[in-house]
Amino acid sequence: MFDIAGHLFTKGGINMSLDTQKLELFRDEIRLKTLKELYNLGFGHYGGSLSIVEALAVLYGKVMKIDPENPNWEERDYFILSKGHGGPSLYATLAAKGYFPEDLLYTLNQNGTKLPSHPDKNLTPGVDMTTGSLGQGISAAVGVALSHKLAHKDNYTYCIVGDGELNEGQCWEAFQFAAHHRLNQLVVLVDDNKKQLDGLTKDIIDPLDFVEKFNAFGFYVRRVDGASVQEIYEAIEKGKAQNAKPIAIILDTVKGQGVPYLEEKADNHHIRPSEADEAAILSAVDELETKLGKGVKG
Amino acid sequence: MITASKNYELESVEMRQVYANTLMEMAKANPQVIGLEADLMSAISTNKIIKEIPNQLINTGIMEANMMGVAAGLSLTGRIPFVHTFGQFATRRAFDQLFISGAYAKTNIKILGSDSGVTAEHNGGTHMAFEDLGLVRLIPNCHVYEVSDSTMLRYLLLKVEKEHGIHYIRTIRKNAVKLYPENEVFEAGKGKVLREGEDVTIIASGIMVAESLKAADILQQQGIKAAVIDMFTIKPIDKDLIVKYAQTTKAIVTAENHNIIGGLGSAVAEVLSEHCPTLMKRIGVKEQFGQVGKLEYLKEFYQLTASDITSAVEEVVMSKKD
Repeated sequence: MFDIAGHLFTKGGINMSLDTQKLELFRDEIRLKTLKELYNLGFGHYGGSLSIVEALAVLYGKVMKIDPENPNWEERDYFILSKGHGGPSLYATLAAKGYFPEDLLYTLNQNGTKLPSHPDKNLTPGVDMTTGSLGQGISAAVGVALSHKLAHKDNYTYCIVGDGELNEGQCWEAFQFAAHHRLNQLVVLVDDNKKQLDGLTKDIIDPLDFVEKFNAFGFYVRRVDGASVQEIYEAIEKGKAQNAKPIAIILDTVKGQGVPYLEEKADNHHIRPSEADEAAILSAVDELETKLGKGVKG
Repeated sequence: MITASKNYELESVEMRQVYANTLMEMAKANPQVIGLEADLMSAISTNKIIKEIPNQLINTGIMEANMMGVAAGLSLTGRIPFVHTFGQFATRRAFDQLFISGAYAKTNIKILGSDSGVTAEHNGGTHMAFEDLGLVRLIPNCHVYEVSDSTMLRYLLLKVEKEHGIHYIRTIRKNAVKLYPENEVFEAGKGKVLREGEDVTIIASGIMVAESLKAADILQQQGIKAAVIDMFTIKPIDKDLIVKYAQTTKAIVTAENHNIIGGLGSAVAEVLSEHCPTLMKRIGVKEQFGQVGKLEYLKEFYQLTASDITSAVEEVVMSKKD
């Protein structure tokens, strides 16, 4: 089968058909909404919100079984953003999928908002778990995956963890547990954007080789270009097809991904934009709006 | 009022057997009930559950933080997790997980913190929690109970299964003193008056309830009539009962196998200072860590005996006369 981009994707019986162009438009829409949401607020976690946009586009645009009109649908796949500070791009994704009106995005972090900086399952439709205290979301994801496995249900659980977050010992407790219980319906996506709040991960706590680590911890593991929806999608589908081990997809990303100016900015974990930053962000917004056409509400 | 046996005999069944049997019974009746252990199954007798219904008892290994998070995740899908570990691991070790993935996220987790205070005996200072009740009492909307006998433990386990939220139950693992008939019922926020008296009220929880009853016997011989309340419901606490007995007896002594900061003594003092300032003394652990030792030695060392309660009562009753 050919997708719009003309690629043939049927490998080893796995249906790899992907409408890449459509997914890339969805990715652009998430990125645009994320930028506008953060710009409107005036500060925020630009770096780590933008680095997971492609992963979110693949999950919500293609892979996950969800019903935005019924966020608590029991048969859905679950998504937990363990690196909770990426909340703004999750909110942009949920708004794009119609979980709530887009206007809500512009209440991010305002007094009394339903969109706090870190996701809260009791406030926001479509948020499956409250996160923000790093290391905890992955354990909850493991609990969800365990519950479905014990009940012989086919729901998948997806969880994005940060590379800096993997400093936390609890993550490695959770990985041991997932491997021991052969939670093959758990997909962990590691946002390997190489930076944490205080600088480069290799200077703070060197992560060494995530692929080796996850292999040693009993995961099916693939490292992919985290800016390629194609590669992320294929890795997830191959991981699911092996049907034996929990899955770890190491996303090779950069903070500020998709906005070259922000990618290059040294201190880009949390940004309170300068005048120059503002100009660059607005220009990126313009570019995305033009690309998406006036038909897409931004 | 309950009439406790004057002999203060130990029950034939251990509290851990009651926990394991009740959990097994709940799990068999409700497939959503699931027990979680962090390598302490044998210590609390839940290993028999894993043999019979392995899908409803998960041994996470020695990872309390992850266990609490897994419990939160299980509850997202409608399961009712009962988490057990020693009190210090359930609270000190996994506090942020209990706080954030549990209470803040409004998930549904039942926690049994075992080996309360000095009953950790030979496990010593690292395993002897004198602050677990204080920690969980700080968590908004967390229900906090310290059980005093097997009837109460069984009743509360069955009760919390039906309630959504975070419930912490503190218990000893071995045999408790028999206090309640098997058909006794318990209510959150309602303490149990075990003995009436006009001169002073002793408010106790856990193993200190029996010590308080013994103290009341001794005091009676001295002509001091002491009321004894089992305040197993640390949070919500029974404000009305505390105020009522403060008004009638005008002197209060609290007794707990816990630091006097943060637990029952603090909770009672908070009620009294706002609603009915009353002469008061707190029996409990004072600014100390745990240590190894036999139970009787530890009770004497930390001044948790009937005789210590008696002395405190004598002091407040004397002050009342001044």
